[in-house]
Amino acid sequence: MLSAYREIVKFLLLVAIVLLLPLLIQEGYLLNVMVFVGIHSILALALNLLLGYAGQISLGHAGFFGLGAYISGILTATYSINPWAAMLAAATLVTLLAFIVGFPILKLKGHYLAMATLGLGIIIYIIFNEAVDHTGGPSGLSGIPNLSLGGFSFDSDLRNYYLIWTFTLVAIGLSLNLVNSRIGRALRAIHDSEVAARVMGVNARLLKVQIFALSAGLSAVAGSLYAHTMTFVAPASFGFNFSVELVTMVIIGGLASIYGSLLGAALLTVLPEMLRAFQDYDIIVYGLLLIVITMFMPGGLVKGLPGVLTALRRKAAKEESGDA
Amino acid sequence: MLEVRSLTQRFGGITALEDISFAVAKGDITGIIGPNGAGKTTLFNIVTGLYTQTAGAVLLNGKDISNLPPERLAPLGLVRTFQNIELFGTMTVLENVMLGLHTRSSSGILACMAKMPWHLREERLIRKQAYEWLDFCGISTLAEQKASNLPFGRGRFLEIARAMAVNPSIMLMDEPAAGLNNRETGELAALIRKIRAAGVTVVLVEHDMELVMDICDRIIVLNLGRKLAEGTPREIQENPAVISAYLGEG
Amino acid sequence: MELADQIAQYLVSGLSTGAIYALIGIGFAIIYNSTDIINFAQGELVMLGGMFTLFSLNVLHLPLPLAILFAVAAATAVGVLFERLTIRPLKSPTPLALIIITIGGSILIRGITMMIGGKDTHAIPAFSGSEPILIGTATILPQHLWIFALTALAITANKLFFEYTITGKAMRACAVNRRAAGLVGIDVKRMVLFSFAISSALGSLAGIIVAPLTMTSYDVGIMLGLKGFCAAIIGGLSGGIGTVLGGLLLGVLESLGAGLISSGYKDAIAFIILLLILFIRPQGLFTKAQTERV
Repeated sequence: MLSAYREIVKFLLLVAIVLLLPLLIQEGYLLNVMVFVGIHSILALALNLLLGYAGQISLGHAGFFGLGAYISGILTATYSINPWAAMLAAATLVTLLAFIVGFPILKLKGHYLAMATLGLGIIIYIIFNEAVDHTGGPSGLSGIPNLSLGGFSFDSDLRNYYLIWTFTLVAIGLSLNLVNSRIGRALRAIHDSEVAARVMGVNARLLKVQIFALSAGLSAVAGSLYAHTMTFVAPASFGFNFSVELVTMVIIGGLASIYGSLLGAALLTVLPEMLRAFQDYDIIVYGLLLIVITMFMPGGLVKGLPGVLTALRRKAAKEESGDA
Repeated sequence: MLEVRSLTQRFGGITALEDISFAVAKGDITGIIGPNGAGKTTLFNIVTGLYTQTAGAVLLNGKDISNLPPERLAPLGLVRTFQNIELFGTMTVLENVMLGLHTRSSSGILACMAKMPWHLREERLIRKQAYEWLDFCGISTLAEQKASNLPFGRGRFLEIARAMAVNPSIMLMDEPAAGLNNRETGELAALIRKIRAAGVTVVLVEHDMELVMDICDRIIVLNLGRKLAEGTPREIQENPAVISAYLGEG
Repeated sequence: MELADQIAQYLVSGLSTGAIYALIGIGFAIIYNSTDIINFAQGELVMLGGMFTLFSLNVLHLPLPLAILFAVAAATAVGVLFERLTIRPLKSPTPLALIIITIGGSILIRGITMMIGGKDTHAIPAFSGSEPILIGTATILPQHLWIFALTALAITANKLFFEYTITGKAMRACAVNRRAAGLVGIDVKRMVLFSFAISSALGSLAGIIVAPLTMTSYDVGIMLGLKGFCAAIIGGLSGGIGTVLGGLLLGVLESLGAGLISSGYKDAIAFIILLLILFIRPQGLFTKAQTERV
């Protein structure tokens, strides 16, 4: 029960930080970076539910993100549908699509699953490029309206910041609830021993598909948010590289760690901004990070850092006592 | 209760089981013994839905369960434990048993995410029941430990507690005494009797003859994929075919 | 041009790209069979083949045959180095860790190539001119002939190696049962290294011989690698004739699809085939159903 209170305090702390951060950073550029941190956090969270908790890889999540963005974009920009309705439609459609393709895809395991999801992502990406009549092709789709509530339009950096982070916090809260429930236990059980979980009556296959669908749907919501805050979408944002970037966020932050996703997303969003001078070469950093973290810190930063710090401290203490 | 009819299993050219038939009566403790390679674990894997047999059928309370996957068997009251215990290592002991109660709770993904009141009620209930099963198996003091940190013997008891949480009518145990010391084997024998007293039919594959002869009502002997003999412990001990099969192996 | 002529033309170009896919696919299969790893960095070795050739032609000013040898050797060295530095030291080689590591490696190789060689697309001269040869009503480029000849040569050499040399037989033994191979004294780690070496060599060769037709740049590896994988999957990851047929089939389907249906969706064809095969016949088109590959 104590741990439950600690969870709540942790979450409230995060809420407080999110609320107060704009007091520190008022510059539009930094707020805009934070908007991206929020969107990427939702995506990393969504992927972590699948990758970290259910233990199933997806190298095609950028595709679901893109579908959310394009469905929202096309429905609002071309057909002038209310943005909130478009967002709901995007989430529903993508969830449904993922649920249907999830059955054959999640029958596959390991490398085969990776390749199949990768293939799916690339097919979606090709459609964004080629269905020029609907998507605008490689040059993109513009004129997507901002979200608004009543007369209040989310059209400034600060407003977008609060809009996105409201969604991010809700997503974090819902995910925390989920992983600490019977569904979360069943997911972790599948990860630890699928055969034992099935013998205990867990329908592993169905559950994996459901989580795949949930994860895709959540990514689509992030896509809609992206479309309505940027007011412009182009295929380049939803390619294979971005799928890999999402996997990197999850791995860096830590598999099966909700707050780790937040950290991973923040790092991988802020880092490239700081490495602006090395434009384009940030991808080398991703590659290195993926290899180094997988080899030396398979639990990710949130779980791995405390261990490394203790080891360092112990080493320092040892050296000190050795000197004395 | 459980009936196996002319079960045959071939892997490629190898026949692992040939025309096995037997029936397990409700409330009995049935032992399945036989030298290594007799097909005991294969038999378990077929009955519990992990393998699909080449021919024959498995019936539970008269219902054909031959082609059902394992997750459909738990709700019908059939569970098993594993030779090399299969625990959920990253979860706590309590969570392991709560997972056993998975089929006895029903909140969906959305209800869990939104912490709906009925979900919270259900969660409280299965937590309480999980503690009861830990008590039943005498390991409730370990509830908050991570399962992967348990010593092997305690892990065995946790696996049994988890299986009991499913509320089974029949439990199949694959070599429950393997890796246990004498004291733990004694505790296991008492626990198996307690499980039977709770109304659960028990089938176990076991190498520890002392344990089998001590607790089993009936024994089935397999040898090289065939049924060699069936009877009470006394009948089996006096059966010349069984004796020669075991001596032949040694 | 008549439809039949067009189709003949598509067949020629389809078969030559198909040969390339086959070479890359065999590389995938060799590594998979000896390690259970799908090497996501395979495509980058293909790219390196082209880029190293370019480097040795333009910077080292080597004659073409030497440049090709140099490029194959250099790419093979990269492949071997990659195995030694990342795969071998891995403490818990779970499928997920291996996927992530090989993806990380592919990104790294691509990134470093971009950093050194820039983002431009480069042309590599055809091996022996680009005067089309007329066969019936279809034309064929000398480079196509080079592709067919060198692919056939490489596949034959590969086949002979696995059939007749001690090392080749040892590697096959590892593919069947790694533990047993280790028990009879085969140095499994060495065989894994060899499998990376051979598949890097085949991959880079593919990258070299296709470069005069398609140009080369730091990012051609992704698509070529994925399509090679698709060829390998069609062939059931056997690494034998199945993969060759898989590659040729994929090349022809792509070429026909691009010519007759839509060139924009050409790349999607390979992935749709990939998904269909994985969903319906994961053991490949040309192998009998054995055990389910899970």
